[in-house]
Amino acid sequence: MIAVLARDLKLAVRAGGGFGLALAFFLIVVVLVPFALGPDTGLLTRIAPGVLWLGALLSCLLSLDRIFALDWEDGSLDLLATSPCPLELLCAVKALAHWLTTGLPLVLLAPVLGVLLNLPAAGVAPLTLSLLTGTPALSMIGAFGAALTVGLRRGGLLLSLIVLPLYVPTLILGAEVARRGAAGQSYETPALLLAGLTCGTIALLPFAAAAVLKVNLR
Amino acid sequence: MAVSVTDLSVARGGVPLLEAVSFTVAAGEALILRGPNGAGKTTLLRTLAGLQPPLSGRIGVADDAVAFAGHADGVKSALSVTENLDFWASIFGVTDISPALEAFDLAALAPRRAGLLSAGQKRRVGLARLVLTGRPVWLLDEPTVSLDARAVASLMRCLARHLAAGGSAVIASHTDLDLSPARPLDLSGYRARDPAPDRFDEAYS
Repeated sequence: MIAVLARDLKLAVRAGGGFGLALAFFLIVVVLVPFALGPDTGLLTRIAPGVLWLGALLSCLLSLDRIFALDWEDGSLDLLATSPCPLELLCAVKALAHWLTTGLPLVLLAPVLGVLLNLPAAGVAPLTLSLLTGTPALSMIGAFGAALTVGLRRGGLLLSLIVLPLYVPTLILGAEVARRGAAGQSYETPALLLAGLTCGTIALLPFAAAAVLKVNLR
Repeated sequence: MAVSVTDLSVARGGVPLLEAVSFTVAAGEALILRGPNGAGKTTLLRTLAGLQPPLSGRIGVADDAVAFAGHADGVKSALSVTENLDFWASIFGVTDISPALEAFDLAALAPRRAGLLSAGQKRRVGLARLVLTGRPVWLLDEPTVSLDARAVASLMRCLARHLAAGGSAVIASHTDLDLSPARPLDLSGYRARDPAPDRFDEAYS
């Protein structure tokens, strides 16, 4: 299993792996928003948590279709499905690899980009916390969506449409944690709900993803 | 008995292709599947590998006994030959890839990026993976495609060694393989009857 993780990380950072895509997109969104809205620092402060969360979510969406599509195209997925590693674990590890190459860099970059949006200093910690607990759910839900659409040519469109509604609860709770934190309010309740949502996702979706993957490999 | 198949029917995309297929493959023996394009050789192999369920019938082979090699080689272009084989070795719990490199004459290519290999060389990397699996039943789908005469000879040597060690193989191939003991099985005799119903009502009966 460590082998799959190591291989996926290696493939992601090699040429053509698409490692920087999500980060670059996130950077572009966050840099352009203040230009589009004008120099109203009060407004920027108010919308900063939401914009950062939305940017992270959309960046995450960009690389989802690669989770299984590349392995499906070159036949590795068939071979992995007949190998000793259980498909459920494979799905979980694939999601983890996606998070390590997409979610984690976004978490680390977000506080820095928060400066561009005039995010108050008190809001940095809750924002990072909410992204840290929320982005694993984005990757896991995305892996499920990718398993559903594997084998479809240009399945990216369908994948986004399937995954977007599933992302809504994570977005609402995550952005709420960041917003309350930035406004100096208590954010314990949404943070706990968000953590619960992520734990539930990680516990259940590998099984769902493995089940649909089996159907798609036929 | 390494593989026993009783009264098996398989379908591809909902269309039945083969029915009432029965055969056994003993340890140390190879079965060569023959039949025209579209006869269902690949579908039969994928069913044996457990990648798709049979329509009906029974397959007597343990899931952890089969090693499958299909049309696609499962070789990552961004990784070197060694890295590709190392990956599969660790999946199957093996540490030493040198037997695989040796069996398919890959030592000289080992440090090269797989994306730069020719189709035949890539195929050799894909086949070398079989050696690493350590599994007794090899399911090979057109293994000789894009291989030159020398590589085919290496494949035959490798297969002969595998059979001599008590392994078995089911191979779909159009070419004559110089392999013994090998038994041919012509699949054209097992073609499923045309399932299309004559009338609309029958389709929903």
